[in-house]
Amino acid sequence: MSRTRWLQVGGIVLVFAVAAWIASSVLERVVSPAAVPSTAPAPAAPAVGVPHIIATLYYGTADGQALAAVKREVPLGEGPREQGRQILESELEDAPAPYLSLIPRGTTLRAFYITDRGDAFVDLSAEVSTMHPGGSTNELLTVYAIVNAVTANLTSVERVQILIDGRQADTLAGHVDLRRPFERDTVLVRETKSTE
Amino acid sequence: MLVLVCGPHAQGTAPASPLTLVTREGRRPIASTILNGQEFIGLDDLAALFMLAVREDALAGGVTVIYKGRTVVASNDQPMASINGRVVTLPAPIARAGRRLLVPLDFIPRAIAPIYDSPIELRRASRLLIVGNVRVPRVAIRLEAAGPPTRLTVDVVPPLVVSTASDAGRVLVRIEADALDIATTPAGAGLIDQIRTGDQTTTVAIALNARAGMPRISTMTTNESTRVLVEVPLAAQQETAAPAPAPPPPPAAAPPEAPAPLLGTRTAKLQTMVVDAGHGGDDNGVRGPKGMLEKQVTLDAARRLKTLVESRLGVRVVMTREDDRAVSLDERDAIANNSKADLFLSLHANASPSASVKGTEVYYLRLDRTGEEARRTAAATELILPVVGGVTRPIDIIPWDLAQASHVDASSRFASMLEEELEKRVPAGRRPLQQAPMRVLSGANMPAALVEMVYLTNGEQEQRVKSDEFQGAVVEAIYGAIVRFKTYLEAAPTP
Repeated sequence: MSRTRWLQVGGIVLVFAVAAWIASSVLERVVSPAAVPSTAPAPAAPAVGVPHIIATLYYGTADGQALAAVKREVPLGEGPREQGRQILESELEDAPAPYLSLIPRGTTLRAFYITDRGDAFVDLSAEVSTMHPGGSTNELLTVYAIVNAVTANLTSVERVQILIDGRQADTLAGHVDLRRPFERDTVLVRETKSTE
Repeated sequence: MLVLVCGPHAQGTAPASPLTLVTREGRRPIASTILNGQEFIGLDDLAALFMLAVREDALAGGVTVIYKGRTVVASNDQPMASINGRVVTLPAPIARAGRRLLVPLDFIPRAIAPIYDSPIELRRASRLLIVGNVRVPRVAIRLEAAGPPTRLTVDVVPPLVVSTASDAGRVLVRIEADALDIATTPAGAGLIDQIRTGDQTTTVAIALNARAGMPRISTMTTNESTRVLVEVPLAAQQETAAPAPAPPPPPAAAPPEAPAPLLGTRTAKLQTMVVDAGHGGDDNGVRGPKGMLEKQVTLDAARRLKTLVESRLGVRVVMTREDDRAVSLDERDAIANNSKADLFLSLHANASPSASVKGTEVYYLRLDRTGEEARRTAAATELILPVVGGVTRPIDIIPWDLAQASHVDASSRFASMLEEELEKRVPAGRRPLQQAPMRVLSGANMPAALVEMVYLTNGEQEQRVKSDEFQGAVVEAIYGAIVRFKTYLEAAPTP
């Protein structure tokens, strides 16, 4: 390929990158991961220029024994429902080093809503169950990472019910009872850190 | 021009049975009125219920109902409404009673449902108005008293998960739904004294006659429905429900007993226990880095424990599975409850996101708010059941899936004993004793605990778990705890 051709391709790529950046600053959230420049900061951090809040997200501690409460930047959402969605989207992303991810990779947020009584419903895709490695302790950590991420950041939410594929589920992997909503529980939380 | 419903019809009459609103939040009655043979409902009530804006247009002679920018225009003098420009008919035009506007009941499914975000279903026969994604199966209960046996069928349409439990003098059929649509509940007949459906919204409770024998319960699911068949035979002459294969003689032969303990009471003996080998069939559980599967580890340990407990302690051990098969969590509880076990132990192997974590952990049930309420209010929702001798006695009712609520204290003792015994013989985890909302423990109507014997995600533990020495140590430790719990149980005063 000639040098001119390379320049043309490069120019087009640049135009697309700029367009994507503008779109991401205007829209409420990033359109797609592919549009984010590879030099973007830690996954949970929103693109530069996007209004954000500092939220507490939960990951596994490096030794895998407990939950770590980690302060991270999360895109600002309008109202508790939209903010809850942003927090959960960030929670579902890979954990920043040295923490461990507790929610199976590939899990997506299908819906999030809050009732007038302060019950939040977190509707996750089936991967949260089918790809879960199992174990009572592991399952507890996964459940409370989700429950605490919602309840620690949204004061209007008292209880969280986890749904899988839009339905009430028994368990993630055969242990923790998901049929009833959970309240915040910090017994499993060991350390609180904020990211850079 | 408004049609004014005046004169003798202005007040209307209340319908024979009220309309019930069913949503995810629960059930509540809604007021309606019969006018000129048609059932009407207040438009103000509907506006509050469905978050509608209502505008009356006296000049045009109609009412505009707005929901999220979608509109319904209903005529005051014609039995019809226009929904976003599409016309639907109604059984009657809008009526007025005093200052209130009333719409015919069909206005809900025909005019509001098309513009509303969530599904709305009106079931006239059962007088239910269902709003949202709520599972409300139609349940038909039929009783054939010509017998014995007395046959009762419960048909659930569409098919749903149904769990059944039989306890002394009672059968519970619990349907995994948000509410039930039951047209009629037949009165008791034959060997069935009473069928109750109101105590808990998704449970059908069947009280058996004093002459009834052990009921046979079968569940069949087709594409259209789930059918539960309960066959109640006449009790054989002093047919003391002898547990199937009776291993070594039970410790003090039990005298011919009055009815077996029900929910809420504690037995004073350890005669039968259930050992639950976690996972099985297509549910492998945890997979170790070298491929060791949790379902195999739990089955091996369960078999060893059964042999040890039966041969040394003379306690009958019922297994929830004897081979590599899938058993649902409800079935595991049902097996324990149906065998009237005095103790339930679930065996598992653990996993961690970090390969370095190892050690045993013991769990017992932590009740949430609902569980605590169930425990506290059990006495207030008692059911009067007949018992041998023609008398009745009050029975505490706790939701079937919260049967464990009354045993949490005893379970915590058993769990502590397990932890202490395990710690003597094998490495303990960082949190060796925990309380958590474990699904398999919640429905067990007896003291119950769950042991995570080993972390299979730890390479060293995965290797060790194969050894006779390690398996033996774990099983001996658990056996030690069972012996201690048996002593505790049998020394404790009978309630």
